[in-house]
Amino acid sequence: MFRLTRRRWVQILSTIALNPIVPHFFTGKIVQAQSKGVCVPVLNCYSCPAAVGACPIGTLQHSFAALRFRISTGVIQPGLYALGSLGIVGSLVGRFPCGWFCPFGLLQELLYKIPGPKLRVPKILSYLKYAILALTVFILPAVILDAVGYGETWFCKWICPAGTLEAGLPLVAANAGIRSQIGLLFAWKVAVLVAFVLWMIVSMRPFCRTVCPLGALLGLFNKVSLLRLTVDSSRCLGCGSCSKACPVDLDVPKEPNSPECIRCLKCVKACEVGCLDYQFPLHARREVEVAPADQDR
Amino acid sequence: MRRWATYSSLVVFAALLAAGLSLDEFRTAVANAITICLSCIGIG
Repeated sequence: MFRLTRRRWVQILSTIALNPIVPHFFTGKIVQAQSKGVCVPVLNCYSCPAAVGACPIGTLQHSFAALRFRISTGVIQPGLYALGSLGIVGSLVGRFPCGWFCPFGLLQELLYKIPGPKLRVPKILSYLKYAILALTVFILPAVILDAVGYGETWFCKWICPAGTLEAGLPLVAANAGIRSQIGLLFAWKVAVLVAFVLWMIVSMRPFCRTVCPLGALLGLFNKVSLLRLTVDSSRCLGCGSCSKACPVDLDVPKEPNSPECIRCLKCVKACEVGCLDYQFPLHARREVEVAPADQDR
Repeated sequence: MRRWATYSSLVVFAALLAAGLSLDEFRTAVANAITICLSCIGIG
């Protein structure tokens, strides 16, 4: 019988909790509430009609895009709120929200279930997301300005397929005013989305691993976060079951706290001898009964 | 050592968050988020 794992339930419930105002999909409006100022630690576009929180990457870009204009008017708002929110989440749990709460991560995992040939994501591409974070979120929005002194939200405008899927397509479908304004940029964004969807079918979480600036930022905290994976090498049999379970192709015993780790904890579940565990305040160490034969191996 | 780094990081980012709030960035974030970002959805 088909049975959802606990993590899948959390992903589904999180997607619903972040986007509960479903009727807005039919009216083509977006939520107008104070909660929209709260940065959620996942890639969930705030122009999505149903969204009740703010995408931290969008918020950061808006801060940097308006930085110089605001300074010229005497207002200093350098995006400390969004950066602080993300830093606190990162310091506590690293990339855990990627593995458990991100709606776009859930979509990628579901698409990967479509049967067919599968491809690994080349490791070299994992560095691309840091360049995208630096350039499209921080540097370009603050440096390339229009006549008024405003920058652009480069990542949202030219890349983000989550925004196209969660906001662009629903708003274009439901709002005639917006539909009348679509042009080449929209066609480009739909093409980017289609390309990623095709890639998601053949590779596991390609967007998170190669492009996502939020994953890049949170991943930097994996080595220092309160939540961390531990390996008891004295118990490790070297069976490789943890690495086989890893959705981002990590050699888990060697790099348990890699910035690439999305903290899905599949490796902990896969380890039959209990040498892998996670550390977090109040979490009791996992004890696994090991058969004498296994201990001899 | 790692614990020290963790708690330092928490304190630094909590301070950044507090500074951002004192600069009224929350209100700006709300204002951005309740407006449809046309360029974000591929228009403009």
